[in-house]
Amino acid sequence: MADPILTLSGVKTNIAQYHILQGVDLDVPRGQVTMLLGRNGVGKTTTLRSVIGLWRAHEGTILFDGEDITRRPTPAIARMGIGFVPEDMGIFSDLTVEENMTLAAVSGPVDSARLDWLFSVFPPLKTFWKGYAGTLSGGQKQMLCIARAMIEERKLYLIDEPTKGLAPAIISTMARALRELKAQGASILLVEQNFAVARALGDGAAVMDDGRIIWAGAMRELATDKDLQERLMGLSLEAS
Amino acid sequence: MLTKLLSGDTPRSPVLAVLLIGILVCLALAPFLFPGVRSVDTAARICIFIVLVASYDLMLGYGGIVSFAHTMFFGIGAYGVALACTHLGRGFDALLVGSVAGALVAATLAFVIGLFSLRVRAIFFAMITLAVASAVAVLVSQLSAITGGEDGLNYRIPRELTPAFKFADGQILGARLNGKLLNYYLIFGSTLLIFLLLLRIVHSPFGRVLQAIRENDFRAEAIGYRVVYYRVAVTCISAAAAALAGSLYAIWLRYVGPDTTLSLEIMIDVLLMVVIGGMGTMYGAVIGATIFVLAQNYLQALMSVASDALTGLPVLPELISADRWLLWLGVLFILSVYFFPTGIVGRLRQRRR
Repeated sequence: MADPILTLSGVKTNIAQYHILQGVDLDVPRGQVTMLLGRNGVGKTTTLRSVIGLWRAHEGTILFDGEDITRRPTPAIARMGIGFVPEDMGIFSDLTVEENMTLAAVSGPVDSARLDWLFSVFPPLKTFWKGYAGTLSGGQKQMLCIARAMIEERKLYLIDEPTKGLAPAIISTMARALRELKAQGASILLVEQNFAVARALGDGAAVMDDGRIIWAGAMRELATDKDLQERLMGLSLEAS
Repeated sequence: MLTKLLSGDTPRSPVLAVLLIGILVCLALAPFLFPGVRSVDTAARICIFIVLVASYDLMLGYGGIVSFAHTMFFGIGAYGVALACTHLGRGFDALLVGSVAGALVAATLAFVIGLFSLRVRAIFFAMITLAVASAVAVLVSQLSAITGGEDGLNYRIPRELTPAFKFADGQILGARLNGKLLNYYLIFGSTLLIFLLLLRIVHSPFGRVLQAIRENDFRAEAIGYRVVYYRVAVTCISAAAAALAGSLYAIWLRYVGPDTTLSLEIMIDVLLMVVIGGMGTMYGAVIGATIFVLAQNYLQALMSVASDALTGLPVLPELISADRWLLWLGVLFILSVYFFPTGIVGRLRQRRR
């Protein structure tokens, strides 16, 4: 396996009295797209949130780029080079599209070449550049959310269900953006329910169940083995 | 040029633009347009409350932080000037030292309160500010040897700012050319300066982060911003601006007392002004303070005239009797909050979005 940029060892996270993560062991290789799969409620979102520190891991260690980030505050983790895209179209609706983007450029002024690239991937952002983010459609908000994470080159992207609830045309736009990001050699940990997107993007895959990783391997292997899919997730992903 | 002066935050509504220009012109020319002690005093109060309300809006409307200690910071600024004038003598240096010291003490106190309470949840900050503000009000009343207790302090400000000083003979449009006129323009000029500075702050990158934190602090943290630092910083800036408003009030009144600067009643007035004007708009402070101070000063007189005019009719003269002005003030506020839930500025801007 390639050198991992992110390693989770025995990570346990509780939310109130619920033990959501019950010992997650996961390696995310550098320069690859790792799909985090599993049914609803198995702990995929909690895993991403534990990495960025929004929910604290009570046990275990999280190593990012060789450094232990388990107890670090969220902003410090983010500034180490992690771009986080939450699943709930997490934009700032009272700010304009421009303000949302510039806010995310924490290292300095926005790089114009990178902005041009983002405009080419997400044209509505250029159209509504001066408009309030709260007035965008659902798909446009999701574009803004992903573009905000991409406004600067990050060492790792944590992306939670970017195509959830979107129209097919918007899903194609999202998939194209993620493909381009992958082509740049980005390391991505991606939670995705749309298997067509997952299969097209994923280099590796990890399947979760009941707060643990129950299988990890090549995406190609999972995508072609229906019995494995049935055994791990209780359904054939081809059908989804 | 004007857009730059306003930090790019133009009124974005023709009605709002007309209202703001009207208020600016009236305040700029108040001593000449409305000569008379009471009207100029009202104009000066509007100016001072614009600063106080704008500083509160910075914290509440932009930072999403509820504080009940804003009048405490206001009082610290006022007592700073009063104590400096009492002990350093009658000079501009005393005014400067008192104002700067008041702002620094207020910012330091805000820093300490903020650091201990804003780390956890903003609601704890509200509770702690309420407790600290009450404690400071009691302390000021008890330390009569220093603060004058319930009687407050009377002190002398530089003669150039008092009615006794005449810099030219005669009058212009009924306004006497004396120190009181200079005092008014000191208040007006300082208000304009502080307001433009606050406007610049909310439209700086710092202000954008504040708005992001107000909307969703977790998202702001996940991008890389330490929420507690920003909350503490905005609390300190807001406290310092409130203290400067207090200093201006002390310079204008030449008197400070617990009731005029530290009471919870003023805190409630400030809250109402922010809500009526529109939270998180800055211009809401101008509209809210103007309407509120005018209502406080003239509603009673207006109702008295209306009541006299309706003499002979059943019920109506009693209903709008001048004695019931507070009741009608309350009704006006309930109606304004009902019809303008985002404040007057918010409503006017919504129509343009």
